[in-house]
Amino acid sequence: MASNFFSAKAPSNKNVVKHTVDPSLQPWVEKYRPKTIDEVSAQEHTVAVLQKTLTSTNLPHMLFYGPPGTGKTSTILALARQLFGPDNFRNRVLELNASDERGISIVREKIKNFARQTPRAQAVASDGKTYPCPPYKIIILDEADSMTQDAQGALRRIMESYARITRFCLVCNYVTRIIEPLASRCSKFRFTPLDSESSSLRLSHIAQAEHVDINQPVIDALISTSSGDLRRAITYLQSASRLSSSSNPPTPILPADIQEIAGVVPNDVINDFAIVLGIEANAGMDVDEVPNQRRSGFEPMRKKVKFLMREGYSAAQIISQLHDFVVFHPTLNGRKKSVCALVFAEADKALCDGADEELWVLEVGLRVSKAVLS
Amino acid sequence: MSLWVDAFRPRTLDALHYHKGLSERLKSLAASGDFPHMLFYGPPGAGKKTRISCTLRQLFGPGAEKLKIDQRVFLSPSKRKLEINIVQSNYHIEITPSEAGNYDRVVIQELLKEIAQTQQVDLGAKQRFKVVIINEADSLSRDAQAALRRTMEKYMSNMRIILCANSTSRLIAPIKSRCLLMRVAAPNEEEIMAVLQSVARNAKFDLPPEAGNKIVEDCGGNLRKAILVLEALKMQSPDLTGSLNIAKPDWEVYCHKVADLIVSEQSPARVMEVRTKFYELLSHCIPPTVIMKTVAERVVDKVDEALKADIMHWAAFYEVRMRNGNKKIYHLEAWVVKVMSLYKHFIYNVDMSDFD
Repeated sequence: MASNFFSAKAPSNKNVVKHTVDPSLQPWVEKYRPKTIDEVSAQEHTVAVLQKTLTSTNLPHMLFYGPPGTGKTSTILALARQLFGPDNFRNRVLELNASDERGISIVREKIKNFARQTPRAQAVASDGKTYPCPPYKIIILDEADSMTQDAQGALRRIMESYARITRFCLVCNYVTRIIEPLASRCSKFRFTPLDSESSSLRLSHIAQAEHVDINQPVIDALISTSSGDLRRAITYLQSASRLSSSSNPPTPILPADIQEIAGVVPNDVINDFAIVLGIEANAGMDVDEVPNQRRSGFEPMRKKVKFLMREGYSAAQIISQLHDFVVFHPTLNGRKKSVCALVFAEADKALCDGADEELWVLEVGLRVSKAVLS
Repeated sequence: MSLWVDAFRPRTLDALHYHKGLSERLKSLAASGDFPHMLFYGPPGAGKKTRISCTLRQLFGPGAEKLKIDQRVFLSPSKRKLEINIVQSNYHIEITPSEAGNYDRVVIQELLKEIAQTQQVDLGAKQRFKVVIINEADSLSRDAQAALRRTMEKYMSNMRIILCANSTSRLIAPIKSRCLLMRVAAPNEEEIMAVLQSVARNAKFDLPPEAGNKIVEDCGGNLRKAILVLEALKMQSPDLTGSLNIAKPDWEVYCHKVADLIVSEQSPARVMEVRTKFYELLSHCIPPTVIMKTVAERVVDKVDEALKADIMHWAAFYEVRMRNGNKKIYHLEAWVVKVMSLYKHFIYNVDMSDFD
């Protein structure tokens, strides 16, 4: 009994801390989390299915997967809130994520204890609204793909034996890292990267609510740097507005600011590097310069790479931007592009293995220029 | 009597010599009360740490400079004891979790939770939050970075995290998207010169421009190295005139010797010779990557243009293998043999074409 008492207390304590946060200091990502599942941007299919479960109040075990920032955690939190209302939310929902210890022992103890307690009868909600408040609890396992195989294995039986009073919701980026027996117990929902229209709507809504003055180019820059990850776009927006409002006098946000915040290498730096590699930025525009740029030797390349490293740009970022530059280049032929793509792939693997950045940027430069000039 | 590097380190954001725009930004952010998590990245010796400590001073006043060093013991899941050194003041705490090796996740989880769940005790403090500085963030393991993700959002009211890294390549995207990125580029030549001049002024002597130029050339954008070299030179010849030779570190000279050996003769006997030299270097704890890079750069300087690209290619190739592999010496040796055979082939082919 005693252990039950404490484990029930622990999550509620955390929530109390969370609720005392001064709203002006809260990250916007938290502040503008959708309150109901209708508010969730895009993901029409998933929302439609979940809407139905709201009315029937019957919920399967669920597995949400998709790239970061597409609203997986937001959806389940909003759903839980709509099901239970603010009062019951705390003792009906257990949220565990990678920052909590999640070895096999936790699965055995904490989840089992939480799952074992039968939910209390429904109380009247304090805000006067009625909530369905179905007789089960929800356990959210956020970032479930970072759970160990053993811990996932331990979940299998628990999921079944407590299926009467608990529903599990696993949230992960890579569905392949969830072991098959767990995946087959859940109904899967795939979250797709956000299209630019719905991101743009959401961003301008937040900007309006926060009285931030942004224009269309800035929104475009936000969307292109975040590539479908709404959380990243919102964080960048918040950082940019912090910077602009804290400078004296307040300056408007520019697309270049967004790029700097996102750690993107400025375009002209990449263009310069490409010229050293022997690729002209815009074929036809500077035809007269082409002949003497053609013969790029080893020394200028080494100098350029040293310069890039001294400027502190990250190798992975340089390579990914150079990749975009080469792949979308108008005049290079397919064969050259494929050779370059091969080089980029190798370099990415090497960097993931922790290789030396300078050596590999130089390597990429040398091989790309060889491919282009051949 | 401390080193000049420490003695003349700027204490406030206003005193910083270069990247004025960045300093302005930091200052206005510190003043706004809405301070975000931050990630400082840039090459070594560019002044990341200096900027962080200046920002702290701006945030909390001089109290942030009263440091004490603590040793904390953490228990790994297998009940092994991990001892971590912690530098802290009343307002901030500084850790290098990579000291804990594989168990850095434990350190991050326990320490951050402990800090995050207690509030600022000092009522007179300027800010309500405390700051955690994580050094060498790019060597954090994946697990440890994943553990940071949610903590950074959840405990935003009590704590801000400042990460300090050489490159963002090895940080996972969720961490990067939660931080305000601050790129600290290495200072350019004029900026280094200006700093050296001001150090000289503070130490009350005149720095002749020739000596200054020589130091700037030698240090390769690393300001810490530049100031250390300046101090060493000053010790050698107090008036800093005449012919100065900047003493290269022993290992660098040794690496250059190895490179010369490779270029001058290519034979199995020479490989053995090089091998003993590599062993010598490794046993003096010179990181194998540094050895390979230094030797490769020297070799590249001495060979024909056509060979340079290939030599660097194989250096990059074997460097990755070295990271993945276990015994470093194999890969260093493999690279040397490869370079030698390339070189021989090259010479041989040239000879043949001459005969034709």
